[in-house]
Amino acid sequence: MGIVIFDGVAYGMLLFLIAVGLSITMGLMNFVNLAHGSFAMVGGYAASVLMSRYGVGFFPALAAAFVAAALIGAVLEFVFYRRLYKAHPLDQVLLSIGIVFVSIAVFTYFFGPTMQPFQLPPLLDGRVSLGGLEVGRYRLFLIVCGVLVLAVLLLGIGKTRYGAMVRAAVDNQRVAAGTGIHVQRLFFLTFSLGCGLAGLGGALSLGMLGLEPSFPLKYLVYFLIVVCVGGAGTVTGPFIAALLVGIVDMAGKYYWPEAGAFLIYVVMIVMLLLRPNGIVPRKGIA
Amino acid sequence: MKTFTLTPARLRGAEIVFWLALASCFFLLPDKLTLMSQILIFGLFAVSLDMALGYAGILTVGHAAFFGAGAYAAGLLAKHGWGEPFTGLLVALVVCAALGYLLSYLVVRGADLTRLMITIGVCVLLAELANRLSGITGGTDGLQGMAMWPVLGLFEFDLYGKTAFLYAFGVVLLMFLGVRLILRSPFGLALRGIHDSRKRMLAIGSPVESRLRMAYALSAAVAGVAGALLAQATQFVGIESIGFNRSAEVLIILVLGGTGRLYGGMIGALVYMLVHDAFADLNPEYWMFWLGIFLIAAVMVGRGGIMGALSRLAKRSAS
Repeated sequence: MGIVIFDGVAYGMLLFLIAVGLSITMGLMNFVNLAHGSFAMVGGYAASVLMSRYGVGFFPALAAAFVAAALIGAVLEFVFYRRLYKAHPLDQVLLSIGIVFVSIAVFTYFFGPTMQPFQLPPLLDGRVSLGGLEVGRYRLFLIVCGVLVLAVLLLGIGKTRYGAMVRAAVDNQRVAAGTGIHVQRLFFLTFSLGCGLAGLGGALSLGMLGLEPSFPLKYLVYFLIVVCVGGAGTVTGPFIAALLVGIVDMAGKYYWPEAGAFLIYVVMIVMLLLRPNGIVPRKGIA
Repeated sequence: MKTFTLTPARLRGAEIVFWLALASCFFLLPDKLTLMSQILIFGLFAVSLDMALGYAGILTVGHAAFFGAGAYAAGLLAKHGWGEPFTGLLVALVVCAALGYLLSYLVVRGADLTRLMITIGVCVLLAELANRLSGITGGTDGLQGMAMWPVLGLFEFDLYGKTAFLYAFGVVLLMFLGVRLILRSPFGLALRGIHDSRKRMLAIGSPVESRLRMAYALSAAVAGVAGALLAQATQFVGIESIGFNRSAEVLIILVLGGTGRLYGGMIGALVYMLVHDAFADLNPEYWMFWLGIFLIAAVMVGRGGIMGALSRLAKRSAS
């Protein structure tokens, strides 16, 4: 029982790490970005290639994953996304599905369709005893990462000048621009940050979910559930939703394997019926 | 140069020519009939999506749920001893209309994002269901062993797909005319109104929500018939007829042809399937690459798909 919940929490943290960037782009910038998993994949492959081909350590590889995904995100924002912030959601959906398809094809071409090899670093290998529970070190590490990122984002968006500017620009772009905020640059930075977080999550998922070219489609629904059930545009909402999804999914697959895969969708539909704007709705959209 | 204007009479002429040209494939391309039937069926599927997306403005990325449900409904009926084609279509229609109407309560409310989510979620849920209940659906192997009875008790389904083509042609034409009738009725005009300005339609007292629900259910029913047709024509239901990839595919077909236009779906299916057929030897991954590039280009450059480009051309030559 305890170990199922612990593993569920660790899984949830991983989902949170990847999906929180999506919550930022989808909620704050109102962009339906179905290609978020592609950015996670960029980070994951960057980390994997650096580790297996160039012998880079695990932690530097994580940092590199963040940078690589943020860079790709920045380029795509500059070329495509920024033209569509005010477009119809259908256009955003089409663009991002297009990016997903292209990314799957490109990664298959360069890396083949198989799962990326991954070796846990010795520090995170094995188990450790925690309150009478034998838990995997890697999973514990995931939980620590999740809580850290949550804290940093809450502080960053709630307390810093940058966060205040983002919130202002989201509420009213014209007024924000009038006060001298460079909205376009701000969105550019925020989008890249979201992609970087996705990349970090992608690299961390090497040890838990495994990474293959179909990753962006395979987990797309999970990221979307976390964001929509949690409440797009918030940080705490996806955190709660990711824990919920992680635990429900893990427990379902463990105790009730025949129906485990459905449980999550049932939870999603019930949650969206009860709270159409998410567990933690963003201020202003009642 | 003589100017060419599109008058209603000429439009009707173009429509008749379009369907006659499709029908003439029966004589002109006897070895491509299977492909032509699939084009017709996917065209109908895209038209059904257009009802929901292009006319009612309901953003859905899970329309394959209904296509697949219809296919399985007709397939299971035929497998378990009742292979009469038209009843199969009717069952699929009723099942999908009911399913669509139930789901419409979930889909019509909420914001675009929630809607997107629910439609994807339901589609993936049904795909997972089809995969898990392999005792009933055949799982990843697909549903096999359908025995179709002759159409109208007279025409056997043959190996060359002649009967299948004529059957698909007849059904698609009838369904298309039905959809056209609905969309040109006051109900269809109200949908257009809602698509353009929901607030104004509310202000003039139009029952917006119930109209959208009705449109979604009708669209689901038409998608179900398309799925059932494919199942009957190929006497097989694959697991890939339901699920996100099929939803994305039909979205691509519709966008290629042009949304919010009666013939957008048909033209899109024609072009998409012909190109797909020509590239059939390509690795599916590369095919995906080109699809992705096309989608990005469609958003960035072309507005309104092929039909949009045609109507721009027609306007230009008219002025």
